[in-house]
Amino acid sequence: MSELENKTEHGSVDGATEGAAEDPKNDTGLGLGVIFFIVAFLICFLSGWLLFPKLLYSKHEQPFNFDHALHVQETGDCESCHFLRDDGTFSGIPKMASCLDCHTDEPMGETRDEAIFASEYVAKEREVPWYVYAKQPDCVFFSHAAHIEAAGMDCVTCHGHIGESTTSRPYEENRLTGYSRDIWGKNIWGIKKNSWDRMKMDDCAVCHKEETGHQGYCFQCHK
Amino acid sequence: MIQDKKAHKYGMVIDLDKCTGCGSCTVSCMSENNIPFKEDESDKKDSITWMRVYKLTNGKSFPDTQITYLPRPCQHCGGKGDHGHSPCVSVCPATATDYGYDTGIVSQIYTRCFGCRYCMVSCPYHARYFNWWDPIWPEGMEKYLSPNVSPRMRGVVEKCSFCYHRYQLAREKAYYDGTHEIAEDAYQTACTTACPAGAIIFGDLNNPSHKVHQIVKPDPHPDPLNRDVVGKSRNPKVFRLLERLGTNPKVYYMSEREWVRKLGDNYLDGEWEKVKNHYGAASHE
Repeated sequence: MSELENKTEHGSVDGATEGAAEDPKNDTGLGLGVIFFIVAFLICFLSGWLLFPKLLYSKHEQPFNFDHALHVQETGDCESCHFLRDDGTFSGIPKMASCLDCHTDEPMGETRDEAIFASEYVAKEREVPWYVYAKQPDCVFFSHAAHIEAAGMDCVTCHGHIGESTTSRPYEENRLTGYSRDIWGKNIWGIKKNSWDRMKMDDCAVCHKEETGHQGYCFQCHK
Repeated sequence: MIQDKKAHKYGMVIDLDKCTGCGSCTVSCMSENNIPFKEDESDKKDSITWMRVYKLTNGKSFPDTQITYLPRPCQHCGGKGDHGHSPCVSVCPATATDYGYDTGIVSQIYTRCFGCRYCMVSCPYHARYFNWWDPIWPEGMEKYLSPNVSPRMRGVVEKCSFCYHRYQLAREKAYYDGTHEIAEDAYQTACTTACPAGAIIFGDLNNPSHKVHQIVKPDPHPDPLNRDVVGKSRNPKVFRLLERLGTNPKVYYMSEREWVRKLGDNYLDGEWEKVKNHYGAASHE
């Protein structure tokens, strides 16, 4: 046997004395350490998973509830209120003038929300200060005409089935950036199941690359 | 690279003989593009002027003295050989500025810029400006800001974009109309439309029906004296600033006066005489 093999077999002299100093079966220190690690991990994990999104986003209720499903049923389609103007720009959230095509300051239905609309906004000739879920940051230029007219896309691809909703969910604003939560998406991990779950720059770029073969130059979407 | 056969190459010709130095271009540019200003604008060192008017003189004393004014927007350089390798684009470590091969316009993305100012150093035309402060608008004035141009924040670089938002809107209109073509008058920069003397002409240098193309007559072949230079004007009155650097600006200047054309570059003794009658490959034919 070589000197080296001798050493490995019997362990080093130092190691032997160390092992003898403590009872090898007494591992409560290790157990407590593991428990502490698991508990701390769970606290951090859960606070990150559950608490952080609540801290990050502030919630705003819409001025009053808007029933998309009812309006689609009455008017027929999205374009009745959300339309392209003659100069190619998109009307986005309709102004009061569009609402007044049908509404007056007398409510047509019996909901409390319409009563608020009629008394607070129509009667006082004020625009409704809606929060816009799909609002992109200020530096973004988005052309609805390019996507609807040139690419022939439908509303659902980016906006989801909002036309079937009967209630307005609270608007969530990122406290740090001021952006709508819909940009990052509801899922805090950024996991995307539907094409409308998230609308970050990467999501635009992925689709552009697939459809046009190029993700585009900066100024295609920035201003 | 988008392979578009009908790629545009937007450019400008500025007739220095028509320019009176009134500064309308600067003012219209500032209001169009939400350019911030300081409470005290007397210190011009850190003023932001996307479109800046320089005063040139022939250096002679009265009665032979002559003066001309030279408006200077971003030159939207195509870089050596006009391949999109602009000085600023090639140095930006953040890809906050890129060359649009579809329009020939050099972008600047404020949210991506982190303010290292390398591009300002690389720009031979001093066309780039740094925001030392957050913009502060006098009360009520923020309501007059253009919604089509994003205001900048402290710590980023900005520059002329050839009013790119106007191109975006013109393209949007073209999509809506189903034409997919942008007419010459559908996309014009703010300075062009504001100039009372009509000294600024803007359009697509690649489109022979556009006025800029007809005036500049850009030479598609590399300059035989300097292969890096492409698009040299075949019009003897037209020149570009520091043309021999090979930055290939898309802003051309025009003057009848030889001393003005000579001020477009720094010539050593005798150099001007050799090149003054050289109009690109055409003059070698």
